[in-house]
Amino acid sequence: MSKMYYRELYCGSPTRFWAGLALLGTIIAIGLGAAYYMEHQGHWVTGMSNQIVWGLPHVFAIFLIVAASGALNVASIGSVFGGPLYKPLGRYSGLLAIGLLAGGLMVLVLDLGRPDRLIVAMTEYNFKSIFAWNVILYSGFFAIVGVYLWTMMDRSVSKFNRPVGFVAFFWRIALTTGTGSIFGFLVAREAYDAAIMAPMFVIMSFSYGLAFFIITLIAAYIWGDREIGDLRLTRLKNLLGVFVGAVLYFALAYNLTNLYITQHHGIESFILLNGGVYTQMFWIGQVLIGSILPLFLIYSPAFDKSRWAIAAASVAVLIGGFFQIYVIVIGGQAYPMNLFPGKEVVESGFFDGVVASYTPTFPEAALGVAGIAVALAMVAVGARVFKVFPETLEDPND
Amino acid sequence: MRSSLISNRYLIVLLAALLLSATQLFAGSAFVTKGSKAASLDSCVAPTDVMRRNHMDFLQHGRDDTVIDGIRGLDYSLSECVDCHAATDVSGKSMPVDAEGQFCQECHGYVAVSPACFQCHRTTPDAKANKYGNHSDKSFLVGPVSQPAGIQRD
Amino acid sequence: MSKKSDQPSMDRRQFIGGTVAAAGAVTIAPGVILHAVAGSNEQTEGASSEHRWGMVIDANKCADGCSACVDACNNEHELTDLGRPETDAAWIRTVKLKDKQTGNISRLPVMCQHCEHPPCVDVCPTNASFKRVDGVVLVDRHRCIGCRYCMMACPYKARSFIHEALTDQSVYAPRGKGCVESCTLCVHRIDEGVMQTACQEACDKAGHGAILFGDLKDPNSEISQVLKKYNSVQIRGDLELNTGVRYRNL
Ligand code: SF4
Ligand code: SF4
Repeated sequence: MSKMYYRELYCGSPTRFWAGLALLGTIIAIGLGAAYYMEHQGHWVTGMSNQIVWGLPHVFAIFLIVAASGALNVASIGSVFGGPLYKPLGRYSGLLAIGLLAGGLMVLVLDLGRPDRLIVAMTEYNFKSIFAWNVILYSGFFAIVGVYLWTMMDRSVSKFNRPVGFVAFFWRIALTTGTGSIFGFLVAREAYDAAIMAPMFVIMSFSYGLAFFIITLIAAYIWGDREIGDLRLTRLKNLLGVFVGAVLYFALAYNLTNLYITQHHGIESFILLNGGVYTQMFWIGQVLIGSILPLFLIYSPAFDKSRWAIAAASVAVLIGGFFQIYVIVIGGQAYPMNLFPGKEVVESGFFDGVVASYTPTFPEAALGVAGIAVALAMVAVGARVFKVFPETLEDPND
Repeated sequence: MRSSLISNRYLIVLLAALLLSATQLFAGSAFVTKGSKAASLDSCVAPTDVMRRNHMDFLQHGRDDTVIDGIRGLDYSLSECVDCHAATDVSGKSMPVDAEGQFCQECHGYVAVSPACFQCHRTTPDAKANKYGNHSDKSFLVGPVSQPAGIQRD
Repeated sequence: MSKKSDQPSMDRRQFIGGTVAAAGAVTIAPGVILHAVAGSNEQTEGASSEHRWGMVIDANKCADGCSACVDACNNEHELTDLGRPETDAAWIRTVKLKDKQTGNISRLPVMCQHCEHPPCVDVCPTNASFKRVDGVVLVDRHRCIGCRYCMMACPYKARSFIHEALTDQSVYAPRGKGCVESCTLCVHRIDEGVMQTACQEACDKAGHGAILFGDLKDPNSEISQVLKKYNSVQIRGDLELNTGVRYRNL
């Protein structure tokens, strides 16, 4: 195999680069302003309430965090499982993972009731809390992926690449399991009371992470006027197809096993049949846009090597993934908790027994989008100052 | 669970250092706001310079004692600070201790530290507080809290 | 069986301990017992694991249309009504139920159930949610970062997040924007030895007497006697949280 040369990614036109960064900067500034507004006023200006306690920011944050762990997949395949075609993409995979995680965490932190007390979260651990574990998992992820990147980029330490790669691989599985478990352990909420939550999050992370990876990789190579060969893209595309199928399978398994448990019939018919907006998001967002459309784009011979089809499939996976997390996070809360089995709530001073309503507001959305912008900005700057992208990704001749 | 935050310790050291300089400034002046109960007393619950330097330590220690262990009526309690140091305006209304020129704000403003206490704690004496708190004798309990006759538990 | 149980029992040792403790208590008026009576401005002894505070609520006595307990709680802790029911704090609420099979109607107040194994405490990342040695579950607002994970975990929807900046809080219930809170079982009264919560006081005054507060660990306490004599249930007893609040006739 010919030798790979990595080079900083310079955009074909400097104006485009700076304009792009400025755009991201503006989005981030608006998001930060929105966060300040929400903190200053208090959360009543958002759509969140005592019924829907986690709202749109959490959807964005969880989406990005889950995708971050999946974005590292390509590096893992390259160095841990020895896939030579993937190896040159390892550096970028690490960079994207760090960027996505940073974006997600920013959103999560800025939506806390008391973000000024972040230091408390860092110094006071309740080891029984999955959340506290996640604080460790997330900070560790930065450190490990950082070292991993270092072993990929610095020849003198490259012998550690494989062991570090292993650590990173297991760490990120733990990270996604941890993120999924945030929900899995909420025994009282019917939507979340399922052990399948954790593995489902792992497979979701593979899918979203790879979709992010593909779409940004294509964008970067257009942006930097560099070449990608069809061979690699086809491989990535096929891999994405497998992951999308797996997510669909898990979603079905999750919903079907829930149907099997009598107490969970309520939440199932809520999501699948009569949950209004959540039902639509499930069928149209998650299943149609997020699964069936990409599967079609990926496997239909009509789009054989079409880059647009690959890009469109990735975007569809991301949109579908966003809806999937929305349905899990918000739909799961909107469905009333059943405090009194066998009884119907006639009257309540605190919204018992009714489907909680949630209308996201602009500041929440702005904060969430800013998280994506942070991820992209970190990737753009990182790729510019470090040798992350191979000079060319033309198909190897042999 | 009881351990205080390490970071807060540092913060306190830093605050103490800052306040020390402030203490120098206020050293000569016995600063109490006019029209507060404190103005009529000889000294605080501890000598003034001790209070100036250490009040935040006292308060932080006391907060865990009260919140976690349920010990009330501590010598150093924030509500006592407020009760004693809140001034009243011409109409006899209490002024918030964290308002411009008032007791807490006067120093904290000078050293540019904003006391986080008052994001949750009230800043004026609680007129209703005589109900059950430390500030009252409890003879009133015989009156209002007693059970009306004729309540049957079963 | 590793689970420790705080269930009231007639265990001999506890019984003796209970009588000794009772000897130190003073009855001021019928129904009002002051434990450890402290003089003005004296330091109180603090929470003790010899007690476990709880309540028993008789659903049959909860009167239709009454809101005495809710009003009293709001007044006691200065929970202001900002006219935004979705985000206003509710430490206690009344719920009216209809049995799906029989059509039987019942009504009851619901608040933090002061679980012995509280999910809110398990999930809190910063140890802000905690259980006192006497079984009262509280939020230490000095530590709460406002992540709301406890609200997700509580099976009873007992918690509220403070959605706006507040002033003029009660001196007994400091509370502020960005933290989570819930029923404190009137811990400020307990600590002062006043054996009656604001909700019970109001319910009694209204003549209903549906709420009874007391010490579950003291076999002689009125609440232990009532619980021993009559059948009672925990809401969502299937979760085995061993709640400190029990219900009769539900
Ligand atoms: S009822 Fe809810 S808030 Fe109260 S102790 Fe149990 S889990 Fe915690
Ligand atoms: S909101 Fe506060 S009390 Fe609740 S889990 Fe988070 S830090 Fe703990």
